[in-house]
Amino acid sequence: MIALDDLDRAILRALEADAGQSAGALGRALGLSQPACWRRIRRLEEGGVIAGRRLEIDAQALGFGVTVFLGIKLATKGRVSLEDFERAATAIPEVQVVQHVLGLFDYRLKVRARDIADFERVLRRRIMTLPGVGQVEANVLLSDERRPGPIG
Amino acid sequence: MQIDDTDRRILRQMLHDPTLSGPALAERAGLAPASLWRRVERLREAGVIRGTHAVIDWRRLGWEVEVSLRFTLDKTHPRAFDEFLAAARKVPEVLEIQTFLGQTDVRLNVIARDMPHYQEVYRTRILTLPHIADTEALMLISTIKDSAELPL
Repeated sequence: MIALDDLDRAILRALEADAGQSAGALGRALGLSQPACWRRIRRLEEGGVIAGRRLEIDAQALGFGVTVFLGIKLATKGRVSLEDFERAATAIPEVQVVQHVLGLFDYRLKVRARDIADFERVLRRRIMTLPGVGQVEANVLLSDERRPGPIG
Repeated sequence: MQIDDTDRRILRQMLHDPTLSGPALAERAGLAPASLWRRVERLREAGVIRGTHAVIDWRRLGWEVEVSLRFTLDKTHPRAFDEFLAAARKVPEVLEIQTFLGQTDVRLNVIARDMPHYQEVYRTRILTLPHIADTEALMLISTIKDSAELPL
């Protein structure tokens, strides 16, 4: 676990909102020199606090208008290994997220599709044919909001 | 705006790795740097590319517990969604707020330092949110895939 001071937290907050800022511009805004700011960003990256960077795009403009979250319960736990399910699920290009969860479902999947008809195709051909798949619940995403989280 | 195959090729590479430098991206997309730059600028101006953000690994900062909380709201109240969402935005441990069409109305992605802390957050900040009719929790065991890529 990495200890952060106020400047690290300010850098994290800034990069979480906009990772396109240069170390120089960010440093100026925080009263740091470019090299000092760059060293701090590097430390956050090397320590794994900044796990990576994400491009934000208008998926709708690219023809991907539908996002569906699936809750999946395995029907045959034990017989089919979790690895088989996970390997097959992660190989589906329309599936962006696969999470193993504890609760009402075993897995949570995020699926991107062009429209509802396209989603139905993915569901029937790719999801319902996954090894061990049992009950499936689908929720269509209406809005999605990222929050800064408890950086402090 | 019209998006052609070359744009899609650029976006595929940028979604895969938003940290690629201009020259590296140009090479992978098979374009001259100047024409790559023109296309990226055009995609930015049209709002297809909105920006980038840093992804924080909260575990590295000592936040060990992640729970997906699904809510059904009391929709007899006309302002149930607005008031619930406004109150949820004030909870620092909430990382994501999503609304759905389906059995679930809203999902909150909540983190906590450990189980006792999660219990405290859940009781004092989550269950006190307005207009909850029902809630259920999926505790994250592991994330097997988390990708921003689209089958463009």
